[in-house]
Amino acid sequence: MSLIVRDMAIARGGVPVLQGVSFDVQPGQALVLRGPNGIGKTTLLRCVAGLQPVLSGQVNTDADRLAYVAHADGIKSVLSVAENLSFWAQIFGKSDISAALEAYQLAALADRPAGLLSAGQKRRLGLARLLVTGRQLWIMDEPTVSLDGEAVHMFASAIRMHLSGGGAALMATHIDLGLAEAQVLDLAPYRATTMAGDAFDEAFL
Amino acid sequence: MIALLIRDLRLAMRAGGGFGLGLAFFLIVVVLVPFAVGPQSSLLSTIAPGVLWLGALLACLLSLDRILALDWEDGSLDLLAVSPLPLEAVVSLKALAHWLTTGLPLVLAAPVLAVLLNMPSEGYEPLIMSLLLGTPALSVIGTFGAALTVGLKRGGLLLSLLVLPLYVPTLIFGAEVARRGMVGLETTVPMLMLGGITCGAIALLPFASAAVLRVNLR
Repeated sequence: MSLIVRDMAIARGGVPVLQGVSFDVQPGQALVLRGPNGIGKTTLLRCVAGLQPVLSGQVNTDADRLAYVAHADGIKSVLSVAENLSFWAQIFGKSDISAALEAYQLAALADRPAGLLSAGQKRRLGLARLLVTGRQLWIMDEPTVSLDGEAVHMFASAIRMHLSGGGAALMATHIDLGLAEAQVLDLAPYRATTMAGDAFDEAFL
Repeated sequence: MIALLIRDLRLAMRAGGGFGLGLAFFLIVVVLVPFAVGPQSSLLSTIAPGVLWLGALLACLLSLDRILALDWEDGSLDLLAVSPLPLEAVVSLKALAHWLTTGLPLVLAAPVLAVLLNMPSEGYEPLIMSLLLGTPALSVIGTFGAALTVGLKRGGLLLSLLVLPLYVPTLIFGAEVARRGMVGLETTVPMLMLGGITCGAIALLPFASAAVLRVNLR
């Protein structure tokens, strides 16, 4: 399961933001995307996840083997933590959620309605969702927002375990995760300079 | 796939889920009609099939914007689009969950409320049959409207305007079945038309809904 991106150009709301981006993520590797706000990190991740079309270039990956974590966690506040997790586990054809609860220390909160969790606890639940998907390529958008130091540590060890099991990870983040093995790609040099001529309609779609 | 249906039903049943909203609206409309048009029982029984169908349709319309908007707001829709479930299945299950929580209770409540409108008892069976056959189309068409307007703040107004003309054929043939059944006329032709509309909507609209959803999620 590898992700190969070649000469990708992407647009947000019809305006080209990045061009000429190329990178590889092989099994066992993690790639961290960096860059100033508005450079197009989220748009790039959405393109890789297949939620949005690219302007040009190639994204070679298997859409059936990736899992995506967005800014919003997709948590239903009236369902309990365990119900939220088991729902996603079932969607991905799995049933066991205990390992995921354990990895992010959510076992004690399992029966609590997710609406009563703090922002950091909700984020942990959102990240625990990755563990129940059983997917090999994790695509994560700002995964550590509102996490405290200890939770970032849990996240880093979950990533390490995933990588050692042959998984791969692509994430956009501003903080240092302490992952020595992760490669870093700075997106600033790829900022789009030319306006796409025929993308006029795109702004209205 | 069943997990999504169970989750949606569970969400509808829990606090704030909106289960019973359509039913309460239906009840209010039907209870208020005799006060508005007067107590002549012959007049009430004449208009009963139309009022019941119109009430059911409006009650259905009331809850449409919740079908996809809530999942869009909390990000679930993006995550479902990346999940192994095809979006066609997602919108079909959403429509089914909407029908089970809104359409089916309306079908079951209709004969009870028909008593308030002095509907003759021969009319109950065609009324139930027509609602049972027609309300799935209302849910499927409504899901298409919800997919078109997902992501718009306060998209409920636009949704109602988009969906209303699409509801007209179902309303015409549904109310016609109930009216003809009540007065003892043959109901086969409008029943077949109603069934045809519902089958067509169920067969085609999930693909249209999924296609517009893909565009709206960009």
